[in-house]
Amino acid sequence: MAKQQREAGRVRDSVSPSDRAIRTRVRTYLLRHAQVFFGSLGRLSKTPFSTFMTTMVIGIALALPAGLHVLLQNVQQLSGGLDSATQISLFLKTDTSEPRTQEIVKRLRKMSEVRQVDYVSRQQALEEFTRLSGFGDALKALDQNPLPSVIVVTPALRHATPDAAERLLARFKLFKEVDLAQLDMQWIQRLYAIMDIVQRGVQILGVILGLGVVLVLGNTIRLAIQNRRDEIIIIKLIGGTDAFIRRPFLYSGFWYGFFGSLIAFLLISLAVNALSEPVAGLALLYRSQFSLSGLNATEVVLLGGTGILLGLLGSWLAVGRHLRDIEPT
Amino acid sequence: MIRFSNVNKRYTGGYDALVGVNFHLAPGEMAFLTGHSGAGKSTLLKLIALLERASRGQVVINGQNLDKVSRRRIPYIRRNIGIIFQDHRLLFDRTVFDNVALPLIISGFSSNEVGRRVRAALDKVNLLRKEKSYPVMLSGGEQQRVGIARAIVNKPPILLADEPTGNLDPELSEEIMKLFEQFNQVGVTVLIASHDLALISQMGHRVLTLTKGKLTQDSGAS
Repeated sequence: MAKQQREAGRVRDSVSPSDRAIRTRVRTYLLRHAQVFFGSLGRLSKTPFSTFMTTMVIGIALALPAGLHVLLQNVQQLSGGLDSATQISLFLKTDTSEPRTQEIVKRLRKMSEVRQVDYVSRQQALEEFTRLSGFGDALKALDQNPLPSVIVVTPALRHATPDAAERLLARFKLFKEVDLAQLDMQWIQRLYAIMDIVQRGVQILGVILGLGVVLVLGNTIRLAIQNRRDEIIIIKLIGGTDAFIRRPFLYSGFWYGFFGSLIAFLLISLAVNALSEPVAGLALLYRSQFSLSGLNATEVVLLGGTGILLGLLGSWLAVGRHLRDIEPT
Repeated sequence: MIRFSNVNKRYTGGYDALVGVNFHLAPGEMAFLTGHSGAGKSTLLKLIALLERASRGQVVINGQNLDKVSRRRIPYIRRNIGIIFQDHRLLFDRTVFDNVALPLIISGFSSNEVGRRVRAALDKVNLLRKEKSYPVMLSGGEQQRVGIARAIVNKPPILLADEPTGNLDPELSEEIMKLFEQFNQVGVTVLIASHDLALISQMGHRVLTLTKGKLTQDSGAS
């Protein structure tokens, strides 16, 4: 019994020191990382001017695509209100009687998908055409009115998106009195198409500027590596691994990316702030409640993450490329 | 501990730095490597520290054939070899303490252990009071002792020194050599390249003499 206890005790004793050793190792490892992490920050602060220049370049390169993205988001938000301008024109067959036409108008007005129905009779259409086109005399030469009557349907907001409006159009086409049904949203579709192109352009710009950030950082880190050439050689001589030597440079890249995206965020916020008042003034003239919105939380995180990732990538490439060249002799 | 078997080193360009070198240094042995400049002393030390690779023949350190060591494993081999340079190779933007601590930080020692070992090493070279100084504030001899403290701080079994007394006056040189003897007495294998023949003969250890890349004289046996 006593022997068993002694043995159990010995087992506990033999486990706990190694346990403690592992814990010390892990703690030391984390501590060293933290030291290098903040040490690289301290090193950057020793050359404030060049650090500021580099982060500023990165900040501007990130702010450009991100700022354009914000602008596009605002335009999209604004154009969302334009769906209400969607209209469907139903041109009726010329032999449709007046009472029948009124029935159709009534039926349309009862539909939940429809917000507004305007009826333009053949006579009204003729008057309007005469007034607006200047071909009135030519029409007088004809012995009868060639124009059809038109019912203009404005879909309810929920049904004003391009897809829903198309579905509505297909249903109207089935009416046997309808000669031709036409969706008047071409200009909205064109606007959307243009915005798609602009969005694609912003994405391309973002990729190019992202590449620029990587190259700028790669070069900055390359210079840092050259400045610390002697130190790298000494560390290699006394048995420092590549990972150990790489670490401070990677953390520098992290900091450059972090502060670069911080500057980008500040630049965008300043721009949105400066523009919001005139935009609100303009919106008021159009009796709109529209106000400029900046980056939301997700976008801020995305901006920061992108900056840091590009920073790490740039320094990783530089370190991988140049560390091998520096060997002690 | 250090075994050279028929080692040749030819640099690109066709210059033969070492030709057919054979010798064995037993664990705990101390030896001097001498010869005119250009005789191959530095090259021989570089082969041990894996700064260069042999063109032909084998270098075996601590039972490890250096031919078979991949690039990734080189740092771990170097951790078992303390190297002392004529030009000290200290980091001038760090204190004496931080310079000496570097090998321990690299190997991942805990902060307590680092402090303890660095102070022990500095005590051994008689520089305990200078731990917060920067290398520029020290004399040449003191800088060399910082270099020595850094080389021995993680207790490597092998100590190499390339002209460690090259820039020092005779008195300081002797002091430094006595220091190496002390490390040797606790079991460290020591190999010192030097052309200070007077000092070497005075010390009375094994002497390996290189002439134009060939080992022409070996005073000791093994």
